[in-house]
Amino acid sequence: MNEREIELEVLRYDPEVDEKPRFQRYTVPCKSDWVVLDALNHVKAQQDPTLSYRWSCHMAVCGSCGMMVNGEPKLACKAFLRNYTGVIRVEPLAHFPIERDLVTVIDDFMDKLKRVRPYLIPKEEKSIEAGEYRQTPAELKKYKQYTQCINCMLCYAACPEYGLIPKFIGPAAITLAHRYNQDSRDGGREQRQEEIATSEGVWECSFAGACSEVCPEHVDPASALQQVKIESTIDWYRDHLMPWLKK
Amino acid sequence: MAEKMSRKPYHREVPKAGWVFDHPRYMRYMAREFTCLFIGGYTLLLVIGIGRLAAGRADYEAFLEALASPPSIVFHVLALGFAIYHSVTWFNLTPKALPVQIGEDFMPDKVIAGAHYAVWALLSVGILFLSGAF
Amino acid sequence: MAKSNKPLVWGPFAAGGTITAFVTPVLILLTLLAALGHAPDLLAFDRLHAFASHWLAKLAIVGVVFLSLWSAAHRLRITCYDLGVRADTLVATVLYIVAIVATIATVIFLWGI
Repeated sequence: MNEREIELEVLRYDPEVDEKPRFQRYTVPCKSDWVVLDALNHVKAQQDPTLSYRWSCHMAVCGSCGMMVNGEPKLACKAFLRNYTGVIRVEPLAHFPIERDLVTVIDDFMDKLKRVRPYLIPKEEKSIEAGEYRQTPAELKKYKQYTQCINCMLCYAACPEYGLIPKFIGPAAITLAHRYNQDSRDGGREQRQEEIATSEGVWECSFAGACSEVCPEHVDPASALQQVKIESTIDWYRDHLMPWLKK
Repeated sequence: MAEKMSRKPYHREVPKAGWVFDHPRYMRYMAREFTCLFIGGYTLLLVIGIGRLAAGRADYEAFLEALASPPSIVFHVLALGFAIYHSVTWFNLTPKALPVQIGEDFMPDKVIAGAHYAVWALLSVGILFLSGAF
Repeated sequence: MAKSNKPLVWGPFAAGGTITAFVTPVLILLTLLAALGHAPDLLAFDRLHAFASHWLAKLAIVGVVFLSLWSAAHRLRITCYDLGVRADTLVATVLYIVAIVATIATVIFLWGI
């Protein structure tokens, strides 16, 4: 396997020492099939144990290792060194406060996830004896794509609206709400609408589409948000023009 | 023994308008958004034209003459380019906003977008023909 | 958080975006041809006047003008916000009023045809 010397320029920030972030260069001997995460692991193991970053599965399913690689939101475990030339700049995921080095503060996202009630809220409670909630393959396919989200937050880093307006609930959270709204077993849409059909919800989105472009799981959050907009608009006109239809 | 942990999260500023130049995808987005200036501007031109039509033959014909000026032609060419960019981006995004599930599977994006392009072409040729452009 | 009233302005925006996608390019082409000296027959005064006399044509013209201007106004509003202009309510009011006033003007003009 070929070896290659890679120059990494990594953003460092120690809250106990630094006033603001700075960059640090590392020269890393890499295998040709390595990803950025491998290079970072090599740095931490062999050169600088103080370097902090999140990672776990190393196979693009856990969503932990999101960071900016040459200005692009990427999973470090999915950013192949062979696709880069020259110095590779590694920074924490954009639009989130920096905790330390490449670790971001993700509390905002965690809050938003909770707000959209990302769990099944059945239309009617059913006892165990009544059996399972059944679903046809077609009903499953309706929302399946939106179940693929791994909460990696690359979409928040790419979204220009989230960058400008931090209170925007954001692509992943709204997509997750849509995933449950589209699930035939669910009856909680009205509750979720109270969160996402708001000015901080889907109406902050201007369909830039950056979220879908960077999503590593091809969830296409932009499509979910537009569908929520259209459904919310139909609801609004129906509620206001034909109020007698309200249940 | 518990050591005191000091947190001091660092907030990175997003440039107010400069972010557009950070990546080609933001430039493409802004180009798409800017189509509104030309489409809105052109429609206002149409409104003026309708006003001249209502004012009478002399006024309307003066309007047609003014259309032939170089600035007007430049505007038309630019507006046409931006209007087409709006159409293309709009039709390509329509399948995302309006998915059609038939049975189990979804209609491919290309089919939905393709149908829009076909209607666009037929409508345009139809309007050109009916208005005696050729 | 209360549900937003954005749909009120977004509905016409979506309709206008669709209309402009379908017809604005060919309309521009018509007046461009006129500008280049090959005016389509319809743009001659007599024919256009006759066309615009019909109530159905008037309805269509007002509809297309309103939706086109509204969608352009809405998009420009969003763009201003994207580029750092934070006075959203002011920008929205000004732009939507321009669209409405131009539409009313169109109605008045067509009334006289």
